[in-house]
Amino acid sequence: MSTNLQLNAEGKLKHFLSIEGLDKTLLTEILDTAESFIGMNDQQIKKVPLLRGKTIVNLFFENSTRTRTTFELAAKRLSADVLSMSIATSSTSKGESLLDTIRNLEAMYVDMFVVRHGISGAAHFIAQQTAPHISVINAGDGQHAHPTQAMLDMFTIRQVKRDFAALRVAIIGDILHSRVARSQIQALNTLGVAEIRVIAPKTLLPAHVEKLGVTVCHDLPNGLQDIDVIIMLRLQKERMTSALLPSESEYFRCFGLTEQKLKIAKPDAMVMHPGPINRGVEIDSKVADGVQSVILKQVSNGIAVRMAIMAMAMQKQGRVA
Amino acid sequence: MHVIIENGRIIDPANQLDCVANLYLADGKIAAVINPPDGFQADMRLDASGQIVCPGFIDLSTRLREPGQSRKATFKSEVIAAASSGVTTLCLQPDTSPVIDTPAVAELIKELANKAGYRQILPIAALTRKLEGNELSSMLALKQAGCIAVSNAGAPVTNLLILRRAMEYAASHDLLLIFRPNDYWLGNKGCAHEGAIATRYGLPGIPDAAETIALAHCLELAELTGCRVHFGQLSCKRSVIKIQQAQKYGLAVSADVAIHQLHLTENDMIPFDSAYHVLPPLRTEADKQFLRQGLASGTINCICSDHQPHDVDAKLGAFPETEPGISSLETLLPLTLKLVEQHAIDLQQAIAALSQHPADILRLNKGALTPGLPADICVFDPEREWQVNPSTWKSQGCNTPYWQHTLKGRVTHTLQAGKLIYRLHEPA
Repeated sequence: MSTNLQLNAEGKLKHFLSIEGLDKTLLTEILDTAESFIGMNDQQIKKVPLLRGKTIVNLFFENSTRTRTTFELAAKRLSADVLSMSIATSSTSKGESLLDTIRNLEAMYVDMFVVRHGISGAAHFIAQQTAPHISVINAGDGQHAHPTQAMLDMFTIRQVKRDFAALRVAIIGDILHSRVARSQIQALNTLGVAEIRVIAPKTLLPAHVEKLGVTVCHDLPNGLQDIDVIIMLRLQKERMTSALLPSESEYFRCFGLTEQKLKIAKPDAMVMHPGPINRGVEIDSKVADGVQSVILKQVSNGIAVRMAIMAMAMQKQGRVA
Repeated sequence: MHVIIENGRIIDPANQLDCVANLYLADGKIAAVINPPDGFQADMRLDASGQIVCPGFIDLSTRLREPGQSRKATFKSEVIAAASSGVTTLCLQPDTSPVIDTPAVAELIKELANKAGYRQILPIAALTRKLEGNELSSMLALKQAGCIAVSNAGAPVTNLLILRRAMEYAASHDLLLIFRPNDYWLGNKGCAHEGAIATRYGLPGIPDAAETIALAHCLELAELTGCRVHFGQLSCKRSVIKIQQAQKYGLAVSADVAIHQLHLTENDMIPFDSAYHVLPPLRTEADKQFLRQGLASGTINCICSDHQPHDVDAKLGAFPETEPGISSLETLLPLTLKLVEQHAIDLQQAIAALSQHPADILRLNKGALTPGLPADICVFDPEREWQVNPSTWKSQGCNTPYWQHTLKGRVTHTLQAGKLIYRLHEPA
């Protein structure tokens, strides 16, 4: 998607909307840049002046705590001025269109939008419509993409496993509704893992999912064999009322990750989750808090990775010294 | 008023005519083809050399947005688009505001059409009151007020007992049901074909089964009730197969396809181009090819524009939030001719699909150049290229994916009941 929309004339990052259309070199550059920021977390002064004088607006049309907070921290550590707006969908339904909201904020001399929206394609639309000097970062749009989450997951995988080439990765759960899964699959394929396995009942898999470049499995114990990286997805409660699943307990029995099932995967398999986790629904507490879990590491890495992406998107337009 | 259209290539599929000759019109009717009637004195001569002269086109599915949504388009703006496209008869879908479910609305449409100077806008009556799928509309009164058929437009009739009753009632008054098959629940408020592309972009999908299951229900009910059914805007392979089987079995059903379904697929909307947001959604290459074959074999025998003009705002947004539809009257002929150029169908079939067959389905005394029939005529230059741009565009709806495209085939004259309602004023 949108190779030209995301990149400027020199092929540098301008917007960050989706993993699609970005090559391995660019993804690796993001990971390397994030690496350089990671040490900052332990320093006394957790700030660099890269985006000093820049104004970043976090535009959240959907609720989020983790993503919004880490974006905010990331922007602050880059010394940008940050404004976080939570715009419940109801206020836009009062009459102001998405485009009008964007136009109004543009009029306040903003340099970057970080957008989360419940509709697929929203970030892409904003990037198309917004003034040319503004960068747009997709913080999750509908069921389409959540590319910064995918990149922080890649970062976390690289921290632990070093090399992507030999890895077998299992993504387990609600792939159908997951923007995270879509972006992870694209990132993992671009970085060249050996195999991506999606494990879910048919009701939670989108049509022709195999065309995303994954193998499909409906059985967790079988699917976990030889796996190096286990990514659990959050299961929303409303999936039970829309006849996608019979019950939480049946889901946990079939697809919940327990210590026992974890043993089927490779002994050094890492367990990931984009959060927030539902203990006892998709993952057992003992696994979530266990030694193989890197769930909190993912959160910490989120700041560095988002710093890297924001800095790159601004820098490559020649507007940052 | 006596008119001669001279030296054009006359193509009249109903009379199996394809020859370079003169066409004679008198008092709003076709007077003669090839040989002039005795003592014929022309008041007007139109030179059609190098051009094709054929019956005016009959469009089975259009929305002109009036009454109710004149910010999108008006009769005035859209009849110019229709006339410039060789379309001489427009069937208007009932999902206007208010819905065409009372004779008063049908009368209003007639009035608006007269005011716009275009007399052949045929309202399609709502099958159910307010298109809600709960109660029958006053079909007989609507028929008497000039409605040509009944339809629930894009709205579902989820209760099959109500659909059965509606079809029985329509059949009692010998009304044609125009049915766009779409199972509401399976459609699941989707906006794109449920397939690899929708999966990649996280777009809510509409499986082709949403169409084929609704179609299968309606076919069964057609047999049960004896209602004449025409299926509108088919989009997928298995719909064509089902219609084919039903026809083979002897069921009197017909079908049309919207012109864009014969040219575009799900791949065209990548990544989120709202110009390609249509319902039913653009499907796969295999579906497109099968629809073309269905047209070639006669299973599908009409092409409609499915014209849906929109204001700019309707298409400005994230893809799922934009409104579906294409403003498509003006690209109808060039895109149909493109099918001929690509050897999907021949020129006779193309013209028949736009004129003779829709007339037959609606039982209109039109769609042919038989002496005595109303002189609804389209004259077009099949080789003339033109660019889709603001200076050539007539519809108020600029929602076309063909913006800036160069298309081949341009209407030069359109006559409605012998009256010249459009003439191209552009140097060749």
